[in-house]
Amino acid sequence: MDALDLIQRQIQWNRLIAVVEEQAQTMIRTAFSTTVREAGDLSAGIFDLQGRMLAQAVTGTPGHVNSMMESVGHFLAKFPAATMQPGDHYITNDPWLGTGHLHDLTVVTPAFHAGRMVGLFANTAHIIDIGGLGMGPEGRSVFEEGLYIPIVKCFDRGTANETFFDFIRAGSRTPVELEGDIYSLCACNDAGARRLTEMMGEYRMEGLDELAAFIFDSSLKATVAEIAKLPPGTHHAEIRSDGYEAPVTLKAAMTIGADAITVDFAGTSGLSTRGINVPAAYCRAYSCFGIKCVVAPEIPNNWASLAPFRMQIPEGCILNAPHPYPVSVRHVVGQLLPDLMMGCLAGAVPERVNAEGASALWNPPLRGGAQVSGQAAEVEDFEVITFNSGGTGARPTKDGLDGIAFPSGVRTMPVEATENVAPVIFWRKELRPDSGGAGATRGGFGQVMEIGAKGDAEFAVNAIFDRVANAPKGRFGGGEGAPGWVGLDDPNGTVLRTKGFQVVPKGRHLLLKLPGGGGMGDPKQRDPALVAQDVADGLLAREAARRDYGWEG
Amino acid sequence: MVSAMDRMSAQPPAAASSEGVNPSSQFRDARLAADIGGTFTDVALEALVAEDRHERWTAKVLTTPHAPELGVLEGVRTVLAKAGIAAGDVALMIHGTTLATNALIERKGARTALLTTEGFRDVLALGNESRYDQYDLNIELAKPLVPRKWRLPVPERLDNTGTVLLPLDEAALRALVPLLKDEGIEALAVGFLHGFVNPVHERRAGAILAEELPGVPVSLSCEVSPEMREWERFSTTVANAYVQPLMASYLGRLEAGLRQMGMAAPLFFMLSGGGLTTVATAARFPIRLVESGPAGGAIFSAHVARQRGWGKVLSFDMGGTTAKVCLIDGYAPQASRSFEVARVGRFRKGSGLPLRIPVIEMVEIGAGGGSLAHLDGMGRIQVGPESAGADPGPACYGRGGAKPAVTDANLLLGRYDPVSFAGGSMRLDVPAAEAAMARAIGKGLGLEGGMAALGVVEVVDENMANAARVHAIESAKSYEGRAIIAFGGGGPVHGCRVAEKIGVDRILVPSGAGVGSAIGFLRAPVGYEVVKSLYTRFARFDLDGVNALLAAMSEEATRTVAEGSFGAPTEERRIAYMRYVGQGHEIAVALPVRALVDGDVAAIRAEYDREYARFYDRPVPGSDVEVLSFAVTVATVVEAVEPAAEIADAPAPAPVRVQRVRDTATGEVADWAIYDRAAMPPGCRVAGPCIVAEAETSTLVGPGWACRVDGLGYLELNREAA
Repeated sequence: MDALDLIQRQIQWNRLIAVVEEQAQTMIRTAFSTTVREAGDLSAGIFDLQGRMLAQAVTGTPGHVNSMMESVGHFLAKFPAATMQPGDHYITNDPWLGTGHLHDLTVVTPAFHAGRMVGLFANTAHIIDIGGLGMGPEGRSVFEEGLYIPIVKCFDRGTANETFFDFIRAGSRTPVELEGDIYSLCACNDAGARRLTEMMGEYRMEGLDELAAFIFDSSLKATVAEIAKLPPGTHHAEIRSDGYEAPVTLKAAMTIGADAITVDFAGTSGLSTRGINVPAAYCRAYSCFGIKCVVAPEIPNNWASLAPFRMQIPEGCILNAPHPYPVSVRHVVGQLLPDLMMGCLAGAVPERVNAEGASALWNPPLRGGAQVSGQAAEVEDFEVITFNSGGTGARPTKDGLDGIAFPSGVRTMPVEATENVAPVIFWRKELRPDSGGAGATRGGFGQVMEIGAKGDAEFAVNAIFDRVANAPKGRFGGGEGAPGWVGLDDPNGTVLRTKGFQVVPKGRHLLLKLPGGGGMGDPKQRDPALVAQDVADGLLAREAARRDYGWEG
Repeated sequence: MVSAMDRMSAQPPAAASSEGVNPSSQFRDARLAADIGGTFTDVALEALVAEDRHERWTAKVLTTPHAPELGVLEGVRTVLAKAGIAAGDVALMIHGTTLATNALIERKGARTALLTTEGFRDVLALGNESRYDQYDLNIELAKPLVPRKWRLPVPERLDNTGTVLLPLDEAALRALVPLLKDEGIEALAVGFLHGFVNPVHERRAGAILAEELPGVPVSLSCEVSPEMREWERFSTTVANAYVQPLMASYLGRLEAGLRQMGMAAPLFFMLSGGGLTTVATAARFPIRLVESGPAGGAIFSAHVARQRGWGKVLSFDMGGTTAKVCLIDGYAPQASRSFEVARVGRFRKGSGLPLRIPVIEMVEIGAGGGSLAHLDGMGRIQVGPESAGADPGPACYGRGGAKPAVTDANLLLGRYDPVSFAGGSMRLDVPAAEAAMARAIGKGLGLEGGMAALGVVEVVDENMANAARVHAIESAKSYEGRAIIAFGGGGPVHGCRVAEKIGVDRILVPSGAGVGSAIGFLRAPVGYEVVKSLYTRFARFDLDGVNALLAAMSEEATRTVAEGSFGAPTEERRIAYMRYVGQGHEIAVALPVRALVDGDVAAIRAEYDREYARFYDRPVPGSDVEVLSFAVTVATVVEAVEPAAEIADAPAPAPVRVQRVRDTATGEVADWAIYDRAAMPPGCRVAGPCIVAEAETSTLVGPGWACRVDGLGYLELNREAA
């Protein structure tokens, strides 16, 4: 390759990343579901004709990382590239062919240049309602969890498949939003395809094969070079999660080789009867993310940069749920996987990993009105969810983050906005003092949230919370983060179950105490000025400062 | 210095100028503009020297960060001396400053406390609970301007309709006063949930604080940023309070200094939104001045576009550390309401403090002459956002810079003459640039110096082109039929290649490009924008409520403008920010400037559907539409400029020399002619590839492009049919 070719390949790679970023931004701006437009729960990428991902938008959330990456191959298996036409759009929400639950829609669109198909665009988004029981753990099979869309054509050469849209509208509590979101998914793939053909025209490219080879070669070499910097060996880690009907153990043995990292999940608990099971693609997604953050954070996601991370997930364990097990809230277990990966990596590169954090999102799905109280309802019907997080684990040289999502990449919405879309009042939403695990670097603080309906009417929560019976652990002498707590604001401190549908009686508020992150290193080594600052800020009780940190103030 | 025919009418209007003008002077309508930037303070002076001929004088002096007024005063003295105008003859002075921005970036503002709704003292710390970078475990988030110990909860609560759920506990508020005194609090912010819907509690709290703590300025969220979304509103209110004491003392010192000099002219301030305002408003809402410099640059471009009668342009301002791109249609820069300041994560969106104030919509990226290049783990060339700054500067400055900057790459491509850079004031060190380039880029990729430099320039040009593409997508606009107005030190150098990358065939390089923002200040109308939230759905449109709100907003904006417009005619614009119920992003729709009647509701709804389809191809059938906020802008009328006259062709001067230059599109090296801009008369035309050199910058005319000097002395570049 001559010098100019080399430089132009780099420019084209940059351009591809810009193209998929544009695809993701178009989705955020046009989406109807709050999960996409406010929370950013989506993913966008471009693929070659063999279904290998060339580039992925930085915008989006890790749960979709290589779960969407795998899905394009499934589309091509059902609809070979040779049969695809300009203006076609294909869709599915199959948890085992897409990204792990029915609420994620994946749309795949062929891209053409100069009359020939040159690649595919794919886009995944978490939509607000897909019928069934709604977002929550209560389903006993995937059939109860909502409308199941196999891989089908939703647009055929530019014409909407009206039969498909009829079914979609009939099957959702929010038909307008759902239909609007599908249109948005298709429109943003089109936007990507337009930019791609512009670039190919500018550089007089006939296909993407040479560029793909360049991207894959550079990415693989760079990833392998990063792996080679790690000391080889096998490391073990284990995490306990609260589970639904019984606690769940997640177990991993990570082997760092010369050019690959292999994780074996043998010893992990079996399946749950409820929707906390994790399809394998989702397990691979969050495991890869956890490893990549530590080992090769700067290398863009694509087929080759993710290839050296290999997962062996025994069939029948909770991280490899088969059809038709329920999987609706697979995030509550899956989002603990980066902590598990860092537990393994702590044995190899202790200076590069975090302590455990709250990790799984604390999203309270709230429902009220006649759906909960029947004819006694005092407020209009509502269904609303916010995205909230506890503290993240302490970092080697920095404290954990307070009330910030990790590993999820979602954002929350303003309380003022939530109170405008549903008759709820947030009486409290602030940091939870004394929740950050002690350490030389401290865990991030959790939050306290107190939520009622307007007029203190009756309402319900479909709980999906974890880290209540099993607190986030510290590392290297750091203390545990405070465990979570779910209950009512009554004088008895009534405790609610951490998972499942429960009613908050009239006159009462739901009280959530979100977990703090674990600490790292000996608390006695912490800079006393930082301890004093936490005390002054009202986030650390004086006696705890003296006891845990040996503070003399 | 620069002298140009300029038929732009006096702004603000004649009534203002006649007040300050000494009738005995030979100059009339002398107007001064000063822009304090990070490195330089630019001053421009314009005066009417003949019947319809303005003359302009400019000065560039070093910014004096410890006492910024000293730089301004020195610059003012310099231009007045150049022009031979007495300070007392100045009719008007317009000022823009990065002082507030710097205070926010450097955290050098007042000791500020926030009084807020009990249960919500951590709104500033929690933000939107997200990370702006998914993969960086060591991410730093922007720290709140107010530490938790000074974020003080007060029992009170309103609901989303403004109904009081819990009355303000005045005793609890007063009980905080000793703490505020003990801690030496210098500025106060009040932000209550839903306080923008019903300001009753915020106003009462403000009154109590003013009574208990006389002399400590109080910023209320319902006045600074009366919009939904508590994080953004509180953040804006706190930032306003944080910079207020500093700005007040600066304004006092500046006014005193100008008076001492003998200046009696009224002083105006450039707002981030592109209008001018009075000292009183600037002192009350200093946060609205945050982006005044870049706003001036956009106004400058808008004026140049108007002079040429070009309805669709892209303003492209590339300086030492950043490049700013801004789409301007119909001579008016786009308005926006959200902005981020003091980003901690390499210019990353989400890493700064959010502000909800009227601003000119633009994209700023870390791409300037000083931006440094390196190879990443995959051997990819990366440029910026780290910058060499003024010290040590690029390697070729010979001041010890060891890393290659974009300026070094341009030098190695043959685009600069090492002995006549910056008007010959600085001799560039070619071997130093070569060594830095080889170390950081050439060795790793096996490229010789010229090709490594090409790679660096292609990457930075691509970065700027990508920013421009994203900006167009976000604005639902295209580059078809659009021209670029290039200025700043780097704009004219990189304009051609960026234009090729985004598909633009025409570029204009105006004169005065080095002090574009200051010149822009002289073109800005006196104006003020009020934005307020009022939630209403079209299915049950609250006509009376909306009319009452718009009338109050109109009154507020008109009153504010009247303080500085001296009775000049004004125009008013009203906008509703609307979206489909359930969607997240609003679209601006213009409203008639009068009380709305029943029949308007359907028309506004139809206009929304049209605008939506323009952005996103297809409207969504069956969805109701909601309004979140309204904006009312009142501004003095910008008078039309006669388009520049066509002028006859003139012969081109001979090139002053030739240089070996490498083309970045093909990699070919050839002899390029170098012309001296000062020697090129209006109407002359030169063909690319060539370079038109001047003291402040060089205009690169790429292969396939031609350059003609227009009647205003501007360089117009056109791409010939490929």
